[in-house]
Amino acid sequence: MRIELMAFVTGAALACVIAPSVAQNNVVPVTIDNFVFEPGRLTVKAGTTVTWTNRDDIPHTVAAKERLFKSKVMDTDESYSFTFSTPGEYTYFCSLHPHMTGTIVVEGTAGSGASQ
Amino acid sequence: MTSSNDGQGDGTTRRKVLECMTWAGTGLLWTVSGGVPRSLGLVDQAMAAEAPGLTFMQISDSHMGFDKPANPNTKGTLEEAIGRIKALPAQPSFMIHTGDITHLSKVAEFDDAEKIISQSKLDVHYVPGEHDIIDEEAKLYRERYGRGSKGDGWYSFDAGGVHFVGLVNVKNLKAGGMGSLGEDQLKWLADDLKGKTASTPVVLFAHIPLWVVYETWGWGTEDGARALEMLKGFGSVTVLNGHIHQVMQKVEGNVAFHTARSTAFPQPAPGSAPSPGPMKVADDKLRSLLGIRNVTFKRGDQRLAVIDTPLQG
Repeated sequence: MRIELMAFVTGAALACVIAPSVAQNNVVPVTIDNFVFEPGRLTVKAGTTVTWTNRDDIPHTVAAKERLFKSKVMDTDESYSFTFSTPGEYTYFCSLHPHMTGTIVVEGTAGSGASQ
Repeated sequence: MTSSNDGQGDGTTRRKVLECMTWAGTGLLWTVSGGVPRSLGLVDQAMAAEAPGLTFMQISDSHMGFDKPANPNTKGTLEEAIGRIKALPAQPSFMIHTGDITHLSKVAEFDDAEKIISQSKLDVHYVPGEHDIIDEEAKLYRERYGRGSKGDGWYSFDAGGVHFVGLVNVKNLKAGGMGSLGEDQLKWLADDLKGKTASTPVVLFAHIPLWVVYETWGWGTEDGARALEMLKGFGSVTVLNGHIHQVMQKVEGNVAFHTARSTAFPQPAPGSAPSPGPMKVADDKLRSLLGIRNVTFKRGDQRLAVIDTPLQG
């Protein structure tokens, strides 16, 4: 319920405000640099693929707090991708260095709204 | 260490130095009952010549497979560390390895570690680091080192009148958190300590520091305090960790905490860099920041004598 409500609010009420910063492409990068996910909070449309790339000398992973997705370990310059089809807010972390956290906010696409 | 200006022959000078260092290692360092005891370098020979009681080694964070600029030759530096141990005039009883044996939990990395560490001819007691359990179900670590252990790989044993407990705090970590022992392990620890007399010296070892060194970098164990609580009644408790690739020590009541150097690469002091990642230093400085640790337990002393020796310097 909470997730649907969030999606509705961001999708309907704030669409015009945040539209410029919402990625339009279907693949959006997140980099890992100095044990930090950048951007730490990313908003995308449903159906978008997010690709994480590790730029550190130390391996990292990407693991959803609610276990929706989990990457294999990424060594330096390796990547992992996940496609978000359902609107909601997804918190993730590095399972090796759990102080590293990030959030992906997935908005409903035009026409599909929050009901998807 | 310079000792040439007293005008005497080399032999006398050297003996004097050794006496001084031996005293420093077993006396001065450990009469400190509060505050932060200093660790001494360069005293491996002096220490081992005496061998007063149970002596064991600690090595940590070998990171076999790491080949980045901070140290492209981690096999070489591990070999040097083992060479230092083999060269001790009196051999320690055994060795503990406080995790991150490998960098990516690969078969070849475990093989390399085994090939080099086994040259010490010592029994080695391992606990895993987060880098050792990356493969599915931590199969490789468990096959090689998990025999006879409980749960995710914890265990205890007794040697020379000291009770040793190897703990695992790198499994099932939670978002935003630090190292974790978990309920099952804490329950096992409580059982394990039951029936031990308060005068039994206890050594706890685990990969991530059991106390909070620096929360921002996750350098601590969330439920470490619960384990330490169980040891309140014991007169002598020593906690040995790795993970942070630098020597850090503190004494709190009956508990002495020590983190060890890595044999692979140094990491920055807490908060001194943007991240805890490998620290690249000048090539001729690297070996002064890597090293091994020699621990001696002498019956009657409350504190174990812990001596950290860099590979060079």
